[in-house]
Amino acid sequence: MSIFIDKKTKVLVQGITGRDGSFHAQQMKSAGTKVVGGVTPGKGGASVGGIPVFNSMAEAVKKTGANTSVIYVPPPFAADAIYEAVGAGIKTVVCVTEGIPANDMMKVYPHVTKHGVRLIGPNCPGLISVGQSKVGIMPATIVKKGNVGVVSRSGTLTYEAIWALTLAGMGQTTCIGIGGDQVIGTNFIDCLKAFEADKSTKAIVMIGEIGGSDEEEAAAYIKKYVTKPVVAFIAGQAAPPGKRMGHAGAIISGGSGTAAEKIAALNKVGVPVAGSPTEIPDVLKELMSGTKKKASGRKTPAAKKTVTRKKASPKKSAAVGKTTARARAAKPASRTRTKTKTKNKKTAARKKQK
Amino acid sequence: MKVHEYQAKELFAEAGIPVPPGEVATTPVEAFEIASGINRAVMVKSQVHVGGRGKAGGIKYAENAEAAKVLAQTILGMDIKGLTVKKVLVTAAEDIASESYVGIILDRATKRPVIMVSPAGGVDIEEVAAKTPEKIFKLAVDPVLGLKAYQARDLAFKLYRDIGQVRQAADIIMKLYDVFWKIDASLVEINPLITNTASKVVAIDAKVNIDDNALYRQKQVEAMRDLDAEEPSEVQARDADLSYVKLDGSIGCMVNGAGLAMTTMDLVKRYGGEPANFLDIGGSSSPEKVITALKIILGDPNVRSVLINIFGGITRCDDVATGIVRAFKELKPTIPAVVRLTGTNEKEGIRILKSVNLPSADTLDNVVKKAIELAGEGA
Repeated sequence: MSIFIDKKTKVLVQGITGRDGSFHAQQMKSAGTKVVGGVTPGKGGASVGGIPVFNSMAEAVKKTGANTSVIYVPPPFAADAIYEAVGAGIKTVVCVTEGIPANDMMKVYPHVTKHGVRLIGPNCPGLISVGQSKVGIMPATIVKKGNVGVVSRSGTLTYEAIWALTLAGMGQTTCIGIGGDQVIGTNFIDCLKAFEADKSTKAIVMIGEIGGSDEEEAAAYIKKYVTKPVVAFIAGQAAPPGKRMGHAGAIISGGSGTAAEKIAALNKVGVPVAGSPTEIPDVLKELMSGTKKKASGRKTPAAKKTVTRKKASPKKSAAVGKTTARARAAKPASRTRTKTKTKNKKTAARKKQK
Repeated sequence: MKVHEYQAKELFAEAGIPVPPGEVATTPVEAFEIASGINRAVMVKSQVHVGGRGKAGGIKYAENAEAAKVLAQTILGMDIKGLTVKKVLVTAAEDIASESYVGIILDRATKRPVIMVSPAGGVDIEEVAAKTPEKIFKLAVDPVLGLKAYQARDLAFKLYRDIGQVRQAADIIMKLYDVFWKIDASLVEINPLITNTASKVVAIDAKVNIDDNALYRQKQVEAMRDLDAEEPSEVQARDADLSYVKLDGSIGCMVNGAGLAMTTMDLVKRYGGEPANFLDIGGSSSPEKVITALKIILGDPNVRSVLINIFGGITRCDDVATGIVRAFKELKPTIPAVVRLTGTNEKEGIRILKSVNLPSADTLDNVVKKAIELAGEGA
């Protein structure tokens, strides 16, 4: 068993004639994925290592019966590639491309949701259902069949965690990278839900990083709905506030989005946070050998360290505090926007007029 | 990317949002000339990329051109939160009858632009949010439909009772939303949006942040980038398409992938060292990128050892190895380095590396410990 992709997955590669597209089409194929075709407008009729190339997604889907696509096209054309996949009836779209403008993705997201399409990414390494299918760029050599589900916002850091599990003899069901951008399709909660429902997944590894509040929301979800043991790792404890750390979404905006906050939220719901990706297997073993119920309130050394550091630099935190509260203030927007406290508003406005 | 207030006001003015007349000056004489042209009382406003300029004494009122010149003299060269003031905006002073707030941000949670308005403007909006959240009104806009006129009007009614002012504010909110999309902003903000004694609604401050991912199609905005306000090595890295953030430690880090680069830094700290930088060479790394990356790291005088950590996925170890070999042959660094290569084309990579005899490490934790040891740091 696995989540999102399996033996029946038939993949089209969008941007197959490019450097990355052609290389990874071959890598996917040799990993056993059913790569049934690729698309590059104007290169229809060609073949890349035995994989037929089509001019459009509509044509490719019609000829191959593909249900999944993976996108390697450059950022200016990537959003269009997602629309094209949706229009052609693709059900799962994995977007590897990094650097797509957030405004493009804000429009893509409601479109894929409306059409019931699962979007993974963008700016993600894709996923592997071990022994069944690989879609994206994760190296197939590092995985091993087993019962751990891995979900991550990162790419290479995910490989590091998977490799540590494999070396420790702890194989995986599905390993998935959900992407490091601000606006992504599939999130932690979607993956946790799928892993919880997947019978062969017995434990979950969740790898987060600074920025946003997805980890905190995942923690709340775990508390309510996840019965399987979960171990986490959070990257960016040494990251300075207010600086974008590579990923568009990896930025501490004042008090919000720090590693310490995320670690605390996870610890609070009984999810231990490993101090290094290489320590994930041990923490997981300990958790699985103990009671099925997750150890509660387990403090990691890493968590303590971050807290101290934060205290040591109050000046920096203050300087970026602005954005945070703004982000925080914006958050409940969808829920509260219809409720207006007329009285207060009027009084305030009146005062101002005077 | 951030732009200065005067640049944000240019963008707003272009979109038809009313802003007071003004120009930027780099010398007191220029400030005098601009103020003479405006021919009434002016504000002299420091142009630096930090908040709290007013409290720091970087925003002053001048009765006439002569006073503006004197104030510009004081403010230019002033240090505000570690940044030197090199430009001032000289702009007409308004008679303020009321102050409110209007801002639009990209909200991660709703994946939509969220418009926030508050009748309590002119102060730190976060303070308003914390102390009197009932004075903030929000709207998450459907990005496909866009902002509708009635929605802008509803928001404007939260700010003003006078229908004339409501109409002006609604128009400004519509235009601000257009600016947000047109320039691929992640934040646009007017604080305060004022009504003057002539009952006109005017934006007397302006803040704009741009989504870095969209700069390729925002040439006009990118041209506004103030290189003076940035770390030179970060500028060099950006030109080479590398993600680099300078820090204060001594372990120079070159890693592929942002998550792993952050983790490598975390582990440097965990094992007793201090990272000199964050550096992600990105996916599909060409040998040229690796050479530039190494040049940037070695250009930092604090660096005492170089840590190269590559887990190949889309990045191929052989490409990185070729770059490392060429860089070491070209730069002949005296600073010690340690390399770890794992993943796609790992074997070819390691074979290529053998030609320069670089020390290597097998695991993430070991490469970090080795780098700390080479720098002569740690426990």
